[in-house]
Amino acid sequence: MRLPCPCCGDRDIREFTYRGAALARPGEGAGIDRWDDYLHLRDNPAGAVRDLWYHGGGCGAWLVVERDTVTHAVDGARLAAEGL
Amino acid sequence: MARLIAKTPAEGLLPVEVAGVRLSEVDPGGLTSVAALGGADIGAALKAATGASLPGPGATTTGRGGARVVWFGVRHVLVMGPPVAALDGAAVTDQSDAWCTLRLDGAGARDVLARLTPLDLRPSSFAEGATARTLLGHMQASITRVEDDAYLILVFRSMAKTAVHEITEAMESRAARLRLT
Repeated sequence: MRLPCPCCGDRDIREFTYRGAALARPGEGAGIDRWDDYLHLRDNPAGAVRDLWYHGGGCGAWLVVERDTVTHAVDGARLAAEGL
Repeated sequence: MARLIAKTPAEGLLPVEVAGVRLSEVDPGGLTSVAALGGADIGAALKAATGASLPGPGATTTGRGGARVVWFGVRHVLVMGPPVAALDGAAVTDQSDAWCTLRLDGAGARDVLARLTPLDLRPSSFAEGATARTLLGHMQASITRVEDDAYLILVFRSMAKTAVHEITEAMESRAARLRLT
């Protein structure tokens, strides 16, 4: 599996670390249910997912990667710094 | 007062030559990390300070006094050569003692490196002057192709002995493979 880092181009999976689903952090003053959802509840879909990967073995960027858990296709990646 | 004796990171380990490939330690003169703060555009300031333009991802540029500017990450470059004074809009730190700088050269250097890094080293995707942050074995490294058959490899100073061991082993493995054919 290779991930298309926006800085480095296609790179081997061993350079990356999986950092979980790409979710928007609850805003200030969000209720406990919202935080519970953010921290613990995941859909685990068969199909399209968006998750965070850390390119620690490369440029050091955090990426939002769109991929498919059924076909294993990787549809794209962009810098998480540009927004989730 | 104690007199301290400076030692290079790979002191006493190099050079090593196996089947036409040489691994040696080089003194880059100085290593200065220059990281743009926020969205600051540091191109002009870097040009004024080093004579080199700001390299984009995967690129290197050269400047005055043998300065080589190596892309080192997101909004981050490493200046090899003369020290760099403070720049507007950038975090500038002297990292001369933090990295071990190795040079791998000779026909077959690419085959040796290919045993250790997942990087695509073919000339079509890693031309002369290209650079990459990648892995060397399990070590984070910066690899720059400085000549047709010569690469500069930077690893953390604490990894110097491991890097020399792993690269030497890859050189010997390649030599063993050559003896079979």
